[in-house]
Amino acid sequence: MIEVKSLVKTYGHKRAVDGVSFTVRPGDILGFLGPNGAGKSTTMKMITGYIRPDAGTATVAGIDVAQDPVAVKSRIGYLPESAPAYGEMTVLEFLNFIAEVRGYRSCAERRDRVERALARTHLEPVRRQAIETLSKGYKQRVGFAQALLHEPPCLVLDEPTDGLDPNQKNEVRALIKTMAADRAVILSTHILEEVDAICNRIILISNGRVVVDETPEAFHARRPGARLDAIFRELTNVDA
Amino acid sequence: MSQITPVFKREFLGYFRSPVAYVFLIVFLVASVGLAFFVGGFFKANQASLQSFFVFHPWLYLFLIPAVGMRLWAEERRGGTIELLFTLPLTTLDAVLGKFFAAWAFLALALALTFPLALTVGWLGDPDWGVIAAGYLGSALMAGAYLAVCALLSSLTKNQVIAFVLGVVVNLALVFLGWSVFNGLLSGFLPVAAVDFIANLGFIPHFDALSKGILDPRDFAYFGSVIALALTLNVVALER
Repeated sequence: MIEVKSLVKTYGHKRAVDGVSFTVRPGDILGFLGPNGAGKSTTMKMITGYIRPDAGTATVAGIDVAQDPVAVKSRIGYLPESAPAYGEMTVLEFLNFIAEVRGYRSCAERRDRVERALARTHLEPVRRQAIETLSKGYKQRVGFAQALLHEPPCLVLDEPTDGLDPNQKNEVRALIKTMAADRAVILSTHILEEVDAICNRIILISNGRVVVDETPEAFHARRPGARLDAIFRELTNVDA
Repeated sequence: MSQITPVFKREFLGYFRSPVAYVFLIVFLVASVGLAFFVGGFFKANQASLQSFFVFHPWLYLFLIPAVGMRLWAEERRGGTIELLFTLPLTTLDAVLGKFFAAWAFLALALALTFPLALTVGWLGDPDWGVIAAGYLGSALMAGAYLAVCALLSSLTKNQVIAFVLGVVVNLALVFLGWSVFNGLLSGFLPVAAVDFIANLGFIPHFDALSKGILDPRDFAYFGSVIALALTLNVVALER
């Protein structure tokens, strides 16, 4: 369960995140929408403890990120934008490293977790390949595998289907849906059909502020029959 | 604190996953031993000691250690993996220590691989093994100090070249402070006490003592302090 209260982050003169508040419950798949530079990634980085907020709080499973960042980080699976990984390692080596950091110290436990993550993300064919030699789709899946390796109660995914082909997009969305059963999931995306496909809630951020916080049905109902990107444009242009 | 181990393992083995380790080790071994024989007058000195080997280390490290240290943090920033690392359940200190110890262990390995030289001296003559051991210890400690400074500088930038150049410059300053030629210059216009104080801020006087077999706690304290200070600042720089 993720609770964000009045988060603020300023870079120089710019208020990247300006008083963002929302709650994500287990079972929710929250779609985080917004134009580029709206503050989506910054908000996610504050929730995952990578950036420190200037004001406000982010709580995960009742733990404040500012008070006990390590405890929060152990409860979150995070897929950063562009799925960074240590390129010179093989998929297996990388996932073993993540497993060890995540606390799976015995060989058997580690092997079990890594195999499960590999199976779920269909990475078996490339397990011994160096990550830097993988295609974009596979690299993204490696990022996924490390995020769900420890079966965390919360998943924070920054543009998880970015750069994937239509088949891979479908696969990833299906995976997210199965994973979300009893988890709190936040995913940011530019792809509006994704919202309809898997999300049960939408938050639209523009200029660092929450503009919309409702279900996809309510979002559609704003202009019945209109395309999602038309509604999006209307809502974000007003604030621009 | 046990989170240091996975980071250490990843880093240390990481050196050997690319040509970096092998190039560095070969260059270090050829240069250090070559200097001892061809420039240091190893045979001319006619002494069963490794003095003509150790005397070049401060200058050798000046270029070689920034080459190892420059990539410690700058590479993580460039590749985006710093975001992955700092959203894993470990503290900044865990990450700093893991990387530092891995790099130090690598340098210690490079030093250890010069053992044929020590064996040669043992075969040709009757050296004082305690002095030789102290020399190796002093060199390892000095390498740690150089490395800690370079790690700190690497954490301040994304660019490895800048990290390298700064590493050379700052370490050069620390070497110069204790260099006899520079001290000779200073004693022309400063009182002896002042010159001594300045000289003791540099690497050479402390390393010299150790390589001659003098185990003075103050020299250990010096290297320990440089390492501790640089690592502390490293954590501070990363948490900003």
